[in-house]
Amino acid sequence: MVEVTLWGSLGAATGGKEKLEVEAKDIRELFRKLAEQYPGLGAFIERGIAVSIDGVIYRDTWSKELPEGSEIFLLPRLAGG
Amino acid sequence: MGFDPSYSIRKFKSVGTRPIRLDGVDKVTGRARYGADFNMPGQLVGRILRSPHSHARIRRIDTSKAETLKGVKAVITAADLPDLTNGNTAMHEILDNCMARKKALYDGHAVAAVAAVDARTAREALELIEVDYEVLAHVTDVDEAMKASAPLLHETIFTDGIDPKPTKPSNIAKRSQYGHGDVEAGFRDADAIVERSFKTEQTHQGYIEPHACVASVNPDGTCELWVCTQGHFVYRQQCAELLGLDVSKLRVTSSEIGGGFGGKTHIWSEPVALALSRKAGRPVKLVMSREEVFRASGPTSATSIDVKIGARKNGTITAASATLRYSCGPYTGMWAELGAMTSFACYNLKNVKTVGYEVLVNRPKTAAYRAPSAPMAAFAVESVIDELAQKIGMNSLELRIKNAAREGSKSSYGPVYGPIGIGPTLEAAQKHPHMKAPLGKNQGRGMACGFWFNFGGQTCTDLNVGADGTVTLTVGTVDVGGSRAALALVAAEELGIPYAQVQTVVADTGSLGYNDMTDGSRGTFSSSMATISASRNAIQVMRERAARMWDIPVSDVAWEDGQARAKGEKHGNLAPLSVKDLAAAAAKTGGPIAGHSELVADGAGVSFATHICDVEVDPETGATKVLRYTVLQDAGKAVHPTYVEGQYQGGAAQGIGWALNEEYVYGEDGRLQNPGFLDYRVPVCSDLPMIDTQILEIPNPNHPYGVRGVGETSIVPPLAAVANAVSSAVGVRMTHIPMSPPRILAALEAERAS
Repeated sequence: MVEVTLWGSLGAATGGKEKLEVEAKDIRELFRKLAEQYPGLGAFIERGIAVSIDGVIYRDTWSKELPEGSEIFLLPRLAGG
Repeated sequence: MGFDPSYSIRKFKSVGTRPIRLDGVDKVTGRARYGADFNMPGQLVGRILRSPHSHARIRRIDTSKAETLKGVKAVITAADLPDLTNGNTAMHEILDNCMARKKALYDGHAVAAVAAVDARTAREALELIEVDYEVLAHVTDVDEAMKASAPLLHETIFTDGIDPKPTKPSNIAKRSQYGHGDVEAGFRDADAIVERSFKTEQTHQGYIEPHACVASVNPDGTCELWVCTQGHFVYRQQCAELLGLDVSKLRVTSSEIGGGFGGKTHIWSEPVALALSRKAGRPVKLVMSREEVFRASGPTSATSIDVKIGARKNGTITAASATLRYSCGPYTGMWAELGAMTSFACYNLKNVKTVGYEVLVNRPKTAAYRAPSAPMAAFAVESVIDELAQKIGMNSLELRIKNAAREGSKSSYGPVYGPIGIGPTLEAAQKHPHMKAPLGKNQGRGMACGFWFNFGGQTCTDLNVGADGTVTLTVGTVDVGGSRAALALVAAEELGIPYAQVQTVVADTGSLGYNDMTDGSRGTFSSSMATISASRNAIQVMRERAARMWDIPVSDVAWEDGQARAKGEKHGNLAPLSVKDLAAAAAKTGGPIAGHSELVADGAGVSFATHICDVEVDPETGATKVLRYTVLQDAGKAVHPTYVEGQYQGGAAQGIGWALNEEYVYGEDGRLQNPGFLDYRVPVCSDLPMIDTQILEIPNPNHPYGVRGVGETSIVPPLAAVANAVSSAVGVRMTHIPMSPPRILAALEAERAS
């Protein structure tokens, strides 16, 4: 079980919850379960969500494991120049 | 076994040296081929008709007269680019920006295009196209656009991020919020609070090379696109999607690039060129004029920002908040959100809150510009930090050091930081001789910090060993600042061969797997990771070949100093085999020797910089001269230090231009008044001192060599560093960028009047 902190804009899709507990071993499973439990998140995941694991931001590595007790943040997919 | 990108300490031989860049000779002799340097047999000239109105409904477009003009081979409107976006809002907005569908949303918005046998005929044809506009009220100012009375750009936009969702449409496309703690409680704990409002005007990336492409659509459905871009694979994907083409049938080749800085991460006229070619049945070359570049591509947001920071007398910041309003042009973006995320990222704050508003205005679609949105937020925050230090009687550098984020700090955008470089850059600034240099009359010194995320992404690389043992490294990230040289150094380092033995080429989209574009400071970070991986794969192949040649187990073959060596006493009499030896025998040991890599280069380390700036302001004219400028930035590991310094200097130069002169000026009619380099003043060499640099190397734990991206962060601090210097020189807090002479004189006049 990992605790996931959402960024503000995602709150509307989760009934105002800022933190969620999800049973997921990696980013792929996390996104799948989030989309199942909160269908409103599906569109965000489709557009792209970055996952910060202990401060390191992952944009595309869905196989990245989520260590128990790690700090997990969902962030918008960033634009760069 | 998968590739492990973890950092490990090692001694470098090639990485960290400064050889001449591989593309250098071509560039200084004029042989390098840029976007407009490519031609195809039978090619036509493409030209785009642009709206003279900043907001107008398109009632009707009559192209009949243009179509009958001799020499005209195709005329297109939005009807020739049918909507194939299937509900994808982002793609639909790109399509609408490439060619207006129902409304022209800014001065310069494309409404039609022609392809003709020559430029003169194309221009004549544009004049024959009749567009019936219903001119609508417009709004170009970010604060004005937020008012309930402002002309609405879209009836369908209801502010996102507000609960409950509004029932009335608005130009405020989205609200976003970041932070933690209790800012109100934090402000109650403060001994001193500074609260100010700031504005920054819209700027263009100012790349010297205009957008240019040659498109050719063949009757069998195959297509070619030669284009100046930061990401040809992304251009291929988006163009194919908008035109209904098979991705594999569209081959995109990236030209050399005369500057991009984020502005060439977006498609603008390429789908138009492809649509013209499809209709005409001939190749079409489309080159934007400078005026078109300004009116219809690129600019960053104009902003309006409020910042409030409170601190105790001992310098501990107790709370910080910011409200950031960023213009997006006519389409939704995440520009204010990036400002909200980055504003306070340099600091370790217990209580912080930022709110961003994405605001739609009748200006060109906002595009990324080097660490997009961060420079404006840093300008506002670092100006208030400077003023707060004065208010509590503390040196501003000491205030920054005291509150700097460090490993374990909770960032203002959420996550906890790993090893980061803000503290070391500030401490290096403290020790730098620049901080102690004397100042004269009308002179001032300013400093500021900056942050940018950096990111990696999808990357694919090939490494091929030639018959003579030289190596071709094939990458898919466009070289915007010397990455071909840096990547050759990385391949040389891994293989243990001289730099001169490696040639790096940027492949077209038909020759290599997909690569994300060169943005987010990812070019060298990502492609070096893939190059290391591909090199190690090639080394594995060469070890196997040596084992075959020696008829010993591969486990007995080591790779050392660019040679295969047989390990152990029983093989002691075997002479080592070089890359050249192995290449010469390749045909008889298994065929070509190559290494390949495809990976997602995630884990880019965040980046910090500190800048110091000295200026002299002429109180009679308001003109500012930058006397001295120093950049201190963490590179993780500088692969090619000269090009890292070049990135630092380039970002600083662009930031200085933004701070002092660059500005989109719109008239009452909503039209851009200064679409040219004579009236839009970018700094030239004679405007700037030599920009001093200091590279710090705090290894990124998620890259084998510790590399971090370096391309963007250097543009984040300059607006604030220059503003703090000017404010110090004139004794008035400057709150409006650019600090052009008229604006400085007005501030001095207002101060005298008060």
